[in-house]
Amino acid sequence: MYSSRKICLPVAAILLAAAGSLAGAAEPGSFGYGSVATPAQIAGWDIDVRGEDGTGLPPGKGTVDRGAEVYAEQCAACHGTFGEGEGRFPKLVGGVGSLRDERPEPTVGSYWPFAPTLWDYINRAMPMPAPHTLSADDVYALTAYILSLNDLVPYEFVADRNSLPKVKMRNRDNFIWTDPRPDTMAKPCMNDCVNAADVRISSTAEGRNLTPRTTGPLDTMQQK
Amino acid sequence: MRPDPLRSNAVLSDPAAPGTPMGRRSFLGLGAALTGSLAVGGKTAIADPAPESPPADAPWSQSIGAGVVERPYGRPADTEASVIRRNVPWLTASAESSVSFSPLQDLHGIITPNGLFFERHHAGRPDIDPAQHKFMIHGLVERPLLLSMKDILRFPSVSRIHFIECPANGGMNWRAAQMNSLQFSHGMVSCAEWTGVKLSTLLEEVGLKKEAKWAMVEGADGAHMNRSLPLDKCLDDCLVVYAQNGEALRPEQGYPLRLVVPGWEGNVNIKWLRRIKLGEKPWHTREETSKYTDLMPDGTSRGFTWLIDAKSVVTFPCPEKPLDGPGIYEIRGLAWTGNGKVKRVDVSMDGGVNWHTARLHEPVLSKALTRFSLPWRWDGRPALVASRVIDETGYVQPTIAQLRAQRGSNSVYHNNSIQTWQVKPDGSVFNVQLA
Repeated sequence: MYSSRKICLPVAAILLAAAGSLAGAAEPGSFGYGSVATPAQIAGWDIDVRGEDGTGLPPGKGTVDRGAEVYAEQCAACHGTFGEGEGRFPKLVGGVGSLRDERPEPTVGSYWPFAPTLWDYINRAMPMPAPHTLSADDVYALTAYILSLNDLVPYEFVADRNSLPKVKMRNRDNFIWTDPRPDTMAKPCMNDCVNAADVRISSTAEGRNLTPRTTGPLDTMQQK
Repeated sequence: MRPDPLRSNAVLSDPAAPGTPMGRRSFLGLGAALTGSLAVGGKTAIADPAPESPPADAPWSQSIGAGVVERPYGRPADTEASVIRRNVPWLTASAESSVSFSPLQDLHGIITPNGLFFERHHAGRPDIDPAQHKFMIHGLVERPLLLSMKDILRFPSVSRIHFIECPANGGMNWRAAQMNSLQFSHGMVSCAEWTGVKLSTLLEEVGLKKEAKWAMVEGADGAHMNRSLPLDKCLDDCLVVYAQNGEALRPEQGYPLRLVVPGWEGNVNIKWLRRIKLGEKPWHTREETSKYTDLMPDGTSRGFTWLIDAKSVVTFPCPEKPLDGPGIYEIRGLAWTGNGKVKRVDVSMDGGVNWHTARLHEPVLSKALTRFSLPWRWDGRPALVASRVIDETGYVQPTIAQLRAQRGSNSVYHNNSIQTWQVKPDGSVFNVQLA
């Protein structure tokens, strides 16, 4: 008894000091605010899908045919009947082989690296005026249709949680996921850094008529 | 001998023309000369039936003003009506998925007023009832947590001043000088004091499983805008904030709750924050594959380019704020870096032939806007005004030519190049790029 009290007292003192200052790494739940999220609460919001392997894709499936129907109703007004894009809304199709061009066209077909990301984005954010109103099956169907428009899958393709991660996207291997910057090595020269006679204006915004006015009411200028 | 910044500059077509040498002593003695020139150059007021003030009392001095709480929530003077966020209507398909630009030409110091902080929405600005807003942390954690705003406000609080910049700021100038405006070329950067909880505090509260390496952060907006963040950054300096410059977040900045990821591109600073999920790998969401990746000339793309490299811009003079005749001016500007603190800013008036170190205004804070200035006597001849920042890592802000040599002109994002303003003899200012 005597010896164990001798050990316990300093331990209790340390614990009291820690509780008083709340310093150091806290145990989970130390503050105890809020509530533990229940499985049902988590399931309701746990919508994310991992692009690389489709982790998180739900049950369900959709055909290209069904996708064409949903697309005509929900998507074509902005993205065009065949994914060509209306106005400045994004094109969903085309641009294959254009990424090194003067005017590249990054689309699902030419640029997107992972097919499950398409399911995730439609489910997460589309259609823009009424997001989160499509069923999982219809999102699968739309995904199948858009992949088919881009000749990434055959017409018979059925999109589901197993088939989507296997779709090989054209640009998949062309991303570098580690930032190589800094990629410039400028030196802070102070005097006579360039020959004054060589200083030449290569482009000017003067007269281009692209800039909205910056006084008075908001400018509604249209594209030139 | 180092050229003096107060020495007027000869540029372009007339490199050999001498300016008026002007040392610091003569600068001090110039007060009298300046007063004289202003008197000579001053415009004659158009005849007004009211007697001029002074000597007369001004009209607003001859009546009683408005009482307190006539404006219970204050607003700027009516005459400041042009100092507003503005957009480029032709740039985006719809205003709900678009950007607005902060009027840097009219701002002072380093703090952006809340009503002028730039906007970027992916599905419009939701108007959220804070009483119903919930924030969830789950995934690879010991104790998944659901918090109300009331709960979040109880955690230990911190306040930090940080900039947020959209990586597409300056994107319209990759190919050529396009926007003849400071607001539209650089206005997607703003800076505020943020108050909230360290994300590390919240992650300790849920308890991280050892497999957790990444966090998926997600908004409550219609797009459920989401990004992947490496856990190291989350534990380093990220904040979950509910206040901006002393008051609740503005709806446009994520009310009632947003993430602040200091020094990293704006879109990872998720607004209207509703969920953080811990996982082993990144998610490769649409906003980090299709968008916010940088296309290189060889057809490859860089992903996860989160860092905002050091950048600076002269905010006066600028296209919106021309010079009003020869004389002494204070060149003013802003510098910032996602790497930490701004170490030095140099200013050139001759298109980068010679540079002069500017004065940094206190406070110089990590991952915050930093104000700089340099006095300049403008002799009325053409000038090319530019600034160049060096950050505490020694990184030097590049020219657009240096950036293009590495990245071509299709990478859209992360144009942190030196901005050159052309000053014409009439004092007008234009956005130009130098070969």
